[in-house]
Amino acid sequence: MRYAMAIDTRKCVGCADCVVACQTENNVPIGYCRDWIVENTTGTYPQLQLEIRSERCNHCANSPCVRCCPTGASHYEDGGIVLVEAGDCIGCGACIASCPYDARYPHPDGYVDKCTFCIHRVRDGQKPACVAVCPTHCLYFGDLDDPESEVSVILKKRKYKTLIPEAGTDPQLYFLT
Amino acid sequence: MNEEIITSGRMNYKIDPQLHIWGWEIPLYLFLGGLAAGILFFAAFYYLKNRDQEMPSAIKTAPLITPLLLIIGLLALFIDLNHKLYFWRLYTTIKLESPMSWGAWTLMVITPVSIIWSATYVRELYPSWDWKFKWLYDLEGFFIKNRKVLAWIMIFFSVILGIYTGILLSAFNARPLWNTSILGPLFLASGLSAGAAYIMMTSVNQLERKLFSQIDLVLIGIELFLIIHMFMGFLASTEVQIEAARLFLGGPYTLPFWTIAVFTGMIVPGILEFLEIRGRRIPAYIPGLLIIIGNISLRFIIVYAGQASRYLY
Ligand code: SF4
Ligand code: SF4
Repeated sequence: MRYAMAIDTRKCVGCADCVVACQTENNVPIGYCRDWIVENTTGTYPQLQLEIRSERCNHCANSPCVRCCPTGASHYEDGGIVLVEAGDCIGCGACIASCPYDARYPHPDGYVDKCTFCIHRVRDGQKPACVAVCPTHCLYFGDLDDPESEVSVILKKRKYKTLIPEAGTDPQLYFLT
Repeated sequence: MNEEIITSGRMNYKIDPQLHIWGWEIPLYLFLGGLAAGILFFAAFYYLKNRDQEMPSAIKTAPLITPLLLIIGLLALFIDLNHKLYFWRLYTTIKLESPMSWGAWTLMVITPVSIIWSATYVRELYPSWDWKFKWLYDLEGFFIKNRKVLAWIMIFFSVILGIYTGILLSAFNARPLWNTSILGPLFLASGLSAGAAYIMMTSVNQLERKLFSQIDLVLIGIELFLIIHMFMGFLASTEVQIEAARLFLGGPYTLPFWTIAVFTGMIVPGILEFLEIRGRRIPAYIPGLLIIIGNISLRFIIVYAGQASRYLY
């Protein structure tokens, strides 16, 4: 099993509903967020190109954050989901410094927090909150090992890229271009 | 034009607008660890060469301060932790891929060894010292007999500790400035040089002082060589590392790095030590203190600047 997410940058309008849905679903402390919207503009006026991306932890298959964690609090769950076990985390910040995507943050309670792919919902057979709420249906979630899953199907049809692959993290968020 | 903005608003504390997860605690911890590693290395090295008569400061007096340095260092690490109650978790796991883990274990080994080493010399240095209990005298006798073993442990772990202070940072490929294997040897050399400077300052023996100013001069040479290599490596590397090098070549860290860490902390004491070796009389604490200042600022600048360096999207 290999969970992954595909984000359609052509459909995303940057409404940030995913951000709010995540904050509500996961009780993210006020002033923090586990996912965010990036607007990337390239070109020279008037030939400008806009790409909108909904970003979060990439649940990297070769995650530096898991490697550098001294206690094993950062670990892989089934399906390759990268999780932090709050009761094992000493809050040393090593994993935060090691993430090239700045996807983690220090929770006010002391441990480190980040996107969980809504593992509690996924185990119940539901989709992550951000995927469920997206009004343009631009987020796809599923198991890459299952050729019939939403995410496998869309990745077969479309061109995609990952973010900073040169960092060697083997990220599992696929941005459809 | 290529512009990236987070439009949903993201202001995660200590992450945005620029990573600042490590404040003063980690550089201080790295400095103290490096300094203690330097002092303990020379103590063990010259002990094993049977030089305890000529090197009283290096072997006996200087190490007395290392338990204090290491304990303050550990305390700084502890202050840095955000989830302090779970501190003990560090010592229920050993993870070799995590420098934070094996570094914490190295400290756990070398701190008691430094205490024992110092304790075996206390009565020699302060003849009126009384251990109060007989079993403490027995223990002292046992360790004095086994100083050689202690020295070997100290040599081994002080080198690991010295390298660790650099590798802790260089293991993070997310921060291009840190992601160079030169940081290990550079911080080892700078820790040894701080150790030598401390021994030089506490020594009352002319010969010993002279020897350690020579050692320091060589170490400063090595540091400068490594720094030049580090920049050559960056500039010949990928765009992110060229960007990282620019922090020091015209960027915001240019002035502090070149004037404080390199000029005041390496070049000036290097010249003073050269003059001293040539026979000029220069009070040892002037180059000594400059080296220590250079050492502290090197760690602070590298830790802070590293967090400002990042992958471009
Ligand atoms: S995106 Fe960052 S936090 Fe998430 S798995 Fe990758 S390195 Fe770890
Ligand atoms: S902050 Fe917590 S999860 Fe992150 S590396 Fe340290 S112990 Fe591991």
